[in-house]
Amino acid sequence: MTNERTHQPIEKRYDFTILFDVTNGNPNGDPDAGNLPRMDAETGHGIVTDVCLKRKIRNYVEIVKREELGFGIYVTEGAVLNEQHRQAYYALRKEDEAKAAKLEPKDKDEARKLTQWMSDNFYDVRTFGAVMSTKVNCGQVRGPVQFTFARSVDPIFASEVTITRQAVTQEGQEKEREMGRKHIVPYGLYRMNGFVSAHLADKTNFTEEDLQLLWEAIVNMFEHDRSASRGEMTVRKLVIFEHQSALGQAPAHQLFERITVQKIHDQPARSYQDYQVSIERDSLPEGVTIIER
Amino acid sequence: MGYGVRLQVWGEYACFTRPEMKAERVSYDVITPSAARGVLEAIHWKPALRWVVDRIHVLNEIRFDTIRRNELESKISAGAIKSAMKGTKLMGQQVITEERQQRATMMLRKPSYLIEAHFELTSVAGETDTAEKHYNMFIRRARQGQCFHRPYLGCREFDAHFAYVEDDEVLPDSFYCDATDMDLGWMLWDMEYSREMEPLFYRPVMHQGIIEVPDLLREGVKPL
Repeated sequence: MTNERTHQPIEKRYDFTILFDVTNGNPNGDPDAGNLPRMDAETGHGIVTDVCLKRKIRNYVEIVKREELGFGIYVTEGAVLNEQHRQAYYALRKEDEAKAAKLEPKDKDEARKLTQWMSDNFYDVRTFGAVMSTKVNCGQVRGPVQFTFARSVDPIFASEVTITRQAVTQEGQEKEREMGRKHIVPYGLYRMNGFVSAHLADKTNFTEEDLQLLWEAIVNMFEHDRSASRGEMTVRKLVIFEHQSALGQAPAHQLFERITVQKIHDQPARSYQDYQVSIERDSLPEGVTIIER
Repeated sequence: MGYGVRLQVWGEYACFTRPEMKAERVSYDVITPSAARGVLEAIHWKPALRWVVDRIHVLNEIRFDTIRRNELESKISAGAIKSAMKGTKLMGQQVITEERQQRATMMLRKPSYLIEAHFELTSVAGETDTAEKHYNMFIRRARQGQCFHRPYLGCREFDAHFAYVEDDEVLPDSFYCDATDMDLGWMLWDMEYSREMEPLFYRPVMHQGIIEVPDLLREGVKPL
């Protein structure tokens, strides 16, 4: 079954900001620092990488669109992958398609066909893009959606919690109690900016439906990502700047500056209520609307 | 061509990866002409024109930062997609937990550049492709913050903000305006696409924060 999605790709530019927080958890461990929460060594701000958040989006879509054609997730995580899902991709043999002896795309045309097929069938390819093992330039898809690094609003404090475990892994060691360590951030409010390009959406056929799914996935990205290390993670705000055209109406940095996040008092923040988030809505550039989710 | 444009670009981070250090990415000290061209093309480009970067001003101090991320070890196999399109099962889905590589990226922190560039019309330019038209299109877009897609500094996760610098505007001072000349060593200039994507290199020297960029594709200009 080929999934021939015929809907129109989106036609507007979007710039968006996500505010999410973590309470007593580790939002994104740093493999270079023994899994401590990632930190900007110079300023003490916490960092969550772009790929970390993309993973959450992929997992969410995989969970909610489990059996739906056209919403496969190509780069999956073992834990959420189900075999049924994996088998669901069949394509119709097209009459006019020549038998291909070589496995490398012969030309741009064919590479384009391959990437088109991948875009049609896989949500993550359509959204974030993908690189295929081909020398042909079209073997790369740049997706319309661009994530950046999330940074915490204030410097974070990473505390180490030592835990003990009653069960032991080795026999004969029952007298010993094993100790473990957890790194947590008592509280951190993070901010990430992102972009959606309508021009690139046109290339992968990223539709309005896909966009709505993206917003939904962003809002719910931590709801299905609970674990012992994550603590409580919540998306607090998604602010979307919608332009009236594909090119946009205003510089993105000026729009992002309209969102200010301030700590209300001098104490270390321990909850979202310790922050004041305000959005400057007056005198928006013409053609830009703010959508909050 | 008297049509020069000046664009200031800046961001939180950047990584202009050195080709000899791709696995664990290490950035060049400054933006490459190739990446600068990418930023300009993100705002306005057509096959009818070729952007030529003339000068790069390095406004902020060159500082590095490192981050290690989980990355995939392989690309999507074109062969597997092909057979899937023909009706066989696609068994090639990439499972991140089985194909994980932790790679470090050494990136630039708080980069800020001023790019001076002009464009030349190419052989595919039609009758309606006048230099004035494209020049005005670019300026209009850059002034209003419009872009084809969000420009980035080397990698897509390092987004770039940009602002058009008007002709009468005073240029911002570089951190290096009083520094001695800095030899930046051999750097990628750009890819030569007409010859099987051959990389071209040049040896820039930063003089008071400003790098003069030669046009290696222009006839008569010999690579160093």
